Amino acid sequence: MSEKALIIAAELRVPAAAVTTTQGREMSREYVDYIQRTREQYDDLGYTPYAWVANDDVPPFTPLAKPLQDSRVGLIASGGIYCEGQIAFHFKDDFSYREIPRKTAREKLRATHFAYDLTDARSDPNVVFPQDTLQDLAQLSRIRELGPNAYTFMGGIYSVRKVRDILAPALADRLVKDEVDVAILVPV
Amino acid sequence: MSSAYSITRSVNPPRAVYLDFPLGRTAGKANDKPLQRKIMIDTLSALDSIQVPGTIRELPYQWSDDDAWKDLVMRPDPNNSDGHNDSRIERVTTAQYQCDADRAAAEATLAKGGCSTCVFLEDSRA
Repeated sequence: MSEKALIIAAELRVPAAAVTTTQGREMSREYVDYIQRTREQYDDLGYTPYAWVANDDVPPFTPLAKPLQDSRVGLIASGGIYCEGQIAFHFKDDFSYREIPRKTAREKLRATHFAYDLTDARSDPNVVFPQDTLQDLAQLSRIRELGPNAYTFMGGIYSVRKVRDILAPALADRLVKDEVDVAILVPV
Repeated sequence: MSSAYSITRSVNPPRAVYLDFPLGRTAGKANDKPLQRKIMIDTLSALDSIQVPGTIRELPYQWSDDDAWKDLVMRPDPNNSDGHNDSRIERVTTAQYQCDADRAAAEATLAKGGCSTCVFLEDSRA
């Protein structure tokens, strides 16, 4: 990388002091601003700006109904995980999802996705699909159990409408039917 | 769980934890079970203890000793002759298998009556 590119890259990191959470606590380190970098990349390629989802309202908030050690936990991940024998995702606004039974061995899990480095996900799916991690915590009684299935999809869906109006409600419906108490969402 | 702070801030979920790792490692480092477990314990703890809607809690883990990896994210590749950062691949609607054996396994599933765990949703506007 050229010296100029390195300087530009360094400038594009967001100073930690400029960032606060809603609780006002500062981030301790500079983070990569993916919205800004995507804007730069799209400008460079002559694209119209990407329309990021921006929700300004206070999000809906439900306190936990019971302690975690008594809770059934759902898992939804967007890293393109499928299991052997299933149809893989495609890369053009694929808004289908896969049901991954709780007892699926990690050796049967696969990862397919564009725009992120799959090396680690293929070596150890838990980095984007922490099913074993949650199973271990169930063994340790940190949670009661995982739901009967986890649900996975491909994150590169450019239609906000399809995610908001079709995929998300379908997944929420599955979680309700699985009678989970809380759900962990793992985007990439 | 998130490794993209600005995107998660914009989406504004009820609760989130932020892990300052490169994309594709939202739940920890590969084959590092102790770290993955710590991250998940912190995540579960955030579910329980975050009281203010929209809070993003930063987790105390670093990908590496320095932040050099951050400079390379989505930046122009010096080996790319036109100087642009264009890593696009063609977007097609054919399934992208990790390996050819998976394609054969999926075809076998379909031959036996279909994939009941593959859910294709209807788009009423399509």
